[in-house]
Amino acid sequence: MTDQPTPAKVNLAEEFDRSGVGPVLKQLDDELIGLTPVKQRIREIAALLLVDRVRQKFGLSAEAPTLHMSFTGNPGTGKTTVASRMSEILHKLGYVRRGHLVSVTRDDLVGQYIGHTAPKTKEILKKAMGGVLFIDEAYYLYKAENERDYGQEAIEILLQVMENNRDDLVVILAGYADKMDKFFQSNPGFRSRVAHHIDFPDYKDAELLAIAEGMLTKLHYKLSPEARRALSEYIPIRRGQSHFANARSMRNAIDRARLRQANRCFEARQEIDLDALVTIEAEDIRRSRVFAQAG
Amino acid sequence: MRITQGCFSFLPDLTDDQILTQVQYCLEQGWAVNLEYTDDPHPRNTYWEMWGLPMFDLKDAKGVLIELTKCRELHGDKYIRLSGFDSSHGCESIRISFIVNRPANEDGFRLERVEGRGRQQHYATRSYSLDRPEGTRYA
Amino acid sequence: MNIQASQTVKGKDRYRSGVMEYRKMGYWEPDYTPKDTDVIALFRITPQDGVDEIEAAAAVAGESSTATWTVVWTDRLTATEKYRAKAYRVDPVPNAPGQFFAYIAYDLDLFEPGSIANLSASIIGNVFGFKPLKALRLEDMRFPVAYVKTFQGPATGIVVERERLDKFGRPLLGATVKPKLGLSGRNYGRVVYEALKGGLDFTKDDENINSQPFMHWRDRFLYCTEAVNKAQAATGEIKGTYLNITAGTMEDMYERAEFARDLGSTIVMIDLVIGYTAIQSMAKWARRNDMILHLHRAGHGTYTRQKSHGVSFRVIAKWMRLAGVDHIHAGTVVGKLEGDPATTLGYYDILREDHNPLRLDRGIYFEQHWASMNKVMPVASGGIHAGQMHQLLHLFGDDVVLQFGGGTIGHPGGIQAGATANRVALEAMVFARNAGRDYEREGPTILAEAAKTCTPLRQALDTWGEVSFNYASTDQLDYIATPSVA
Repeated sequence: MTDQPTPAKVNLAEEFDRSGVGPVLKQLDDELIGLTPVKQRIREIAALLLVDRVRQKFGLSAEAPTLHMSFTGNPGTGKTTVASRMSEILHKLGYVRRGHLVSVTRDDLVGQYIGHTAPKTKEILKKAMGGVLFIDEAYYLYKAENERDYGQEAIEILLQVMENNRDDLVVILAGYADKMDKFFQSNPGFRSRVAHHIDFPDYKDAELLAIAEGMLTKLHYKLSPEARRALSEYIPIRRGQSHFANARSMRNAIDRARLRQANRCFEARQEIDLDALVTIEAEDIRRSRVFAQAG
Repeated sequence: MRITQGCFSFLPDLTDDQILTQVQYCLEQGWAVNLEYTDDPHPRNTYWEMWGLPMFDLKDAKGVLIELTKCRELHGDKYIRLSGFDSSHGCESIRISFIVNRPANEDGFRLERVEGRGRQQHYATRSYSLDRPEGTRYA
Repeated sequence: MNIQASQTVKGKDRYRSGVMEYRKMGYWEPDYTPKDTDVIALFRITPQDGVDEIEAAAAVAGESSTATWTVVWTDRLTATEKYRAKAYRVDPVPNAPGQFFAYIAYDLDLFEPGSIANLSASIIGNVFGFKPLKALRLEDMRFPVAYVKTFQGPATGIVVERERLDKFGRPLLGATVKPKLGLSGRNYGRVVYEALKGGLDFTKDDENINSQPFMHWRDRFLYCTEAVNKAQAATGEIKGTYLNITAGTMEDMYERAEFARDLGSTIVMIDLVIGYTAIQSMAKWARRNDMILHLHRAGHGTYTRQKSHGVSFRVIAKWMRLAGVDHIHAGTVVGKLEGDPATTLGYYDILREDHNPLRLDRGIYFEQHWASMNKVMPVASGGIHAGQMHQLLHLFGDDVVLQFGGGTIGHPGGIQAGATANRVALEAMVFARNAGRDYEREGPTILAEAAKTCTPLRQALDTWGEVSFNYASTDQLDYIATPSVA
């Protein structure tokens, strides 16, 4: 870098094309339905980093930017998928060296007895070097009620690495918005080291329907028109019940619908054609407990 | 003297940045990287002390450097070597090995001779460092 | 008449006394599919004028298996159809009028297990002087796994050799002591000590250093052992010298081998001219005595070099892997001795891989499975120097011994300086390769950089930087023309 002459002008569009970030953003668009505000934030971050890189060419601001992030939102809102694309973008722009994603939870970092936690956390950090460390439900690292919890040890090591190894890895902390807020309040160290907060909204009903249909298409199934209507009635009911998890709930719903469809075909005890094999009917949806519980 | 074991002993001592390039090469070949240290560098001393387990599944060399830094904090007065292990069939052995830390003064070895039958000599190579107790060999 | 079709005579006419064409006796079977357990040989045949290639191929099959010049009734006391070798395919050699490739399959029962002597007596025993042929060359062989498994294979193998020497991640370095004749034991040991202390891993006796008036073998062994041990203590690194135990009788060879072992040598050496049986005996001895066995291919050029007649070196390489040597000279491409690049790399594949796919672009005509048999370390020796390090590393990779005899001993700063120059050049090149540099192209720059902190390397580059041996090879590939390396 140092021995290159300072350019007179830089074409940002060309710079963007060369980085290869475009296809990654496109992939994100294609694989995740909706999530408009998230995608917008990712674009903004990518633009910021690209411009930062160009600024460096002009000799401006040399310090490595803080890139640690928090992803907040309910389960099934695409946080892991976005983290995965984020690591690719960071790699393409040269902010991490390898661009792999290491996804962990408390159990991977925190040990069961004295002297167990530090090696576990360091082992994970070594594997995450050059990439992105994604800590799901990060707030479980901190247990306010137990001050001798080993999680505190993991937190200290993490904070140290997030500060000293900013060139080596990016940490993404993820979880429910309210719990993350409390976590940041009691751990100001994390709050000050996280540069980008991205909130993942719940999917709208129509988006969830589209997600479910997309999953079915990939599995070579389709919904009959009646089944489609049944599923669109199913979604708001399911949302009102406990343990609703957006896209993940859709995955579960279609898995069970496939079971019922298979059983229905089998019980009929007659020859069936291709169309019958690939079609989910309304009854495969409506026999769900979700409708029964709704009364 | 300078012990010339390992594959880069004839080059000037490697900097950390240079070590990183070689470690990254190992990781890209799919080899596990191992650190070992000793205060007895006899050429037939095969089993140096292991600094933890071999590092499997790393993507980036920096992880190894973190361990090397820690190993040097405790054993900086000894020899430390770094090796890459290839578990694939037909090798299942070390594929690269080089010294990444040396004591400030390398004592070297003396060659002892015992007269044998005819003009035959029986040779023994002994580390001068072994004349001192463990823990003070390179202090 | 379609000369390609089978013309085997059946029934009682087949055994009527008299002379019959080989193809009619059942040695030409174009419909035969070789069994997985067959040994297959590929011959290059040049029939005499007026002899068609099918009859020539059938004759080679016949003469290398059951046939003689006339029909014999005693064939009928045997399962003759099984024992007959079968020529099953004949192709014209591209761009070589009058030459043909003949593929011949041999039943496994024709061979004694674990005997190169028996194998070679069968395949090349009689047939090379056969009158209907102008010339004959054994190009390649395929051995069934069942047969491979009857051989011990290399006494030590590349992996264990490296573990025993504690040397990983780079080619090994050696040098042949020069002048090859005339040095006294005391002076000889001096060369060994200087070269090893300077940075080489091995030194080597030459093929004709045995026990002569100027230096008897025990003197050489004693002084070399002193040199090796001194160099080992001076560097903290395992060192070795290939003590040549070649002698007039097996008894003498065993005596020398045992003395080398008692002195603590890691390696002994034999010459190809001692013969296949002696080689196999020494391989077994080496396995029993934890010894690395180096083979100098002395004499091979008499039959491997000419393209039309003899035995290809790739066949010798296969035989020697079976016979059980740990090192074999296999060519340098860039040095002073004969060797087309692609053909030479084919030899390296045969020595170092567990499975050789058919690769005509490397002169390998058959797929060969080695069934985890130990690998042989190839040795590149003859007219190579530090300035070629990037080419050598690129051609041969890590598992090779690079021997710089003249390139070490002829160094203007002395033998230690010569050895150091080679070692520094090698380590700098390996480092650059691993660090991801385009070392093949940037080789001279990388060497020049390394020479900044190493005067001996600077001197070596100044002395030999431009030397190259650039002659057309006499043994180029038939299927893909490859120019010799500049």
